[in-house]
Amino acid sequence: MSHDVHVEARSEEEYKYNRRKASQAMRNQVTVFAIMIFLTFVAFATVQAGFSAFLVVPLILLFAGVQVALQLYYFMHLSEKGTGIMQFFMYSGMIVAFTMILAFVTIIWW
Amino acid sequence: MSSTAKKKGFGATIWDYLTTVDHKKIAILYLLAGTLFFVIGGIEAMLIRIQLAKPDNDFVSAGLFNEIITMHGTTMIFLAAMPLLFAFMNAVVPLQIGARDVAFPFLNSLGFWLFFWGGIFLNLSWFLGGAPDAGWTSYASLSLASAGHGIDFYAVGLQIAGAGTLISGINFIVTIVNMRAPGMTFMRMPLMTWTTFIASALILFAFPPLTIGLFFLIFDRMFGSNFFDHTMGGNTIIWEHLFWIFGHPEVYILVLPAFGIYSEIIPVFARKRLFGYSSMVFATILIGFLGFMVWAHHMFTVGLGATANAIFAIATMAIAVPTGMKVFNWLCTMWGGSIKVTTPMLYALGFIPSFVAGGVTGVMQAAAPVDYQLHDSYFIVAHFHYVIVGGIVLALLAATHFYWPIMFNRMLNETLGKITFVFFFIGFHLTFFIQHFLGLMGMPRRVFTYLPNQGLDTFNLISTVGAFFMAIGVILLVINVIITSIKGQPCGRDPWGDGRTLEWAIPQPIPFYNFKQTPLVRGLDTFWIEKMEGNKEGMSYAEPISDIHMPNNSFIPFVMVIGLFVAGFGALYNQDADKPWSLVALIVGLAITLGAMIVRSLKDDLGYHIHKEDLLNDKGGNE
Repeated sequence: MSHDVHVEARSEEEYKYNRRKASQAMRNQVTVFAIMIFLTFVAFATVQAGFSAFLVVPLILLFAGVQVALQLYYFMHLSEKGTGIMQFFMYSGMIVAFTMILAFVTIIWW
Repeated sequence: MSSTAKKKGFGATIWDYLTTVDHKKIAILYLLAGTLFFVIGGIEAMLIRIQLAKPDNDFVSAGLFNEIITMHGTTMIFLAAMPLLFAFMNAVVPLQIGARDVAFPFLNSLGFWLFFWGGIFLNLSWFLGGAPDAGWTSYASLSLASAGHGIDFYAVGLQIAGAGTLISGINFIVTIVNMRAPGMTFMRMPLMTWTTFIASALILFAFPPLTIGLFFLIFDRMFGSNFFDHTMGGNTIIWEHLFWIFGHPEVYILVLPAFGIYSEIIPVFARKRLFGYSSMVFATILIGFLGFMVWAHHMFTVGLGATANAIFAIATMAIAVPTGMKVFNWLCTMWGGSIKVTTPMLYALGFIPSFVAGGVTGVMQAAAPVDYQLHDSYFIVAHFHYVIVGGIVLALLAATHFYWPIMFNRMLNETLGKITFVFFFIGFHLTFFIQHFLGLMGMPRRVFTYLPNQGLDTFNLISTVGAFFMAIGVILLVINVIITSIKGQPCGRDPWGDGRTLEWAIPQPIPFYNFKQTPLVRGLDTFWIEKMEGNKEGMSYAEPISDIHMPNNSFIPFVMVIGLFVAGFGALYNQDADKPWSLVALIVGLAITLGAMIVRSLKDDLGYHIHKEDLLNDKGGNE
């Protein structure tokens, strides 16, 4: 809250460390991007190949789940430090929503 | 309320409160509005008890009785208990975590005005053709069949008020995550802050199902949809699920901050640190989680099947474990402490046995086969009043005495406070203890009268007498407040003498920017640590004195809500062929709200700075 200006001098070592971290993150993102494109391609291919719907539907749902996780952890930086609260709230919300959906499909519309 | 503020005209004060974004003033608004609705709900309770005082009574008619019980429940939960808790959360939480305000002061104001006008909307139903009459749960088959506009007022009014609650809940989550002072780690947060945090998370997850349910109801009743009408392919049970998915966490939204209040009061007056702090935090989180897994225990008799009932019965019983942990922690906090029995402590002492009684009957009902017997009887009424009055209302009364010095720089009269407690506490047990037996004897709830000589006459009369004792208690509290505001003397910092947390360390009257310098928190019970080390200022500081950035007041929240209020009437009367103006009201109302939102978005409002020089002079930045 203070408005006095702080100047933080960074040492040569810190600079190198940050550079290494950044290039590592870049490599991860490119890799994950490639995986995601590959998964999308596989999903389209299974439909195109005319496999049974009992194989295609679960497979696509599985890929969708993997893609969401990759998106969250690599592109939205959930794998980094300081995201504990966000993860806590997201997973709590998912658990609550899952319970609701489970209850609705089992005891209302069974 | 601050004694150093220069005297302002009445109009200027009103305008100040209409536009304020200061959490301390919004707390006072919540307190005033919550008290207003508490009194309205209380009068409705008295009418219920007068009607039931003797058999075959005709004090009110059957239809009016249904409206009174519906409005009593709805008002007390949504418009009295929640806002009063928000009052204390607003007043205390930012101070406890060392923040200058909540994260979004504008939204704080918007949340209050949404709740207030939603509540007014709901209560206007009394004058506009009859109040809602399908019970506070408003089960769909019954509420769809209800004639007149009562249920429409319920659905639209709660939708507006509920939006306000959701906004306030999100605001508190962001505030507690982001605005804690340096050193205030999560495991150093006072319990009031922890419970507010968890209750806000519950609001975040629980209110959307209510919003959806209410929208379905609004569409079914006003715009011709058929979500709940089984003859048209709908399903009436969906409402019950949506309502209780919200409704059960709602109980914890109310009771967790109440637990927080007791967890603040007991260590202060036992003069010992809270026993088992980390287990208290863990229990709070666990109660929050389990609260979402138990809603169907309100619906055991719906016919969900034995498996579903068994699962929800077990889950419900599991909640008794973390709650029991809390009770034992409070007892162990007092154990060996040098206890000072002040008014707030008296309420805390009264709370423990009362709430345990309510909890035990809760576990009884969790057993589904027993619930088949107890369902819809006065036993249920007795149970939830033990939880709500014995847990939450006692907490609200305790907090009123405990936090009055923080909010108004005055102490409420202790003697009168203790007399209030005696009347209220005796009245509460007199009213509701005997209702357990009425239930076991077979008296159904929500009946407007009963026949004589069935063994119900005396017990009902005793219950009514108890209600009058509670009313006397509340009136004494009001008298206490009036006397204090006329004759009370400024009480200064830490008036209870044993304050432990940061809110007691701030000099009184609390400056509008709260902290001249952001404090440095060095452990649990910050103020206590500083006091024990002989720090006369009560705080260590994390920064030098510098400019403070403050938000500007704004009238926009009020305008936004007025727009929704007008639009609500438009939606409500849209179904009447003889009211063509309703469509105009709907459109104009929404246009006002949207216009206010556009103004808010496009007009930069960057706030202002209190300069260092002004902070350093005698007036400390007060104009």
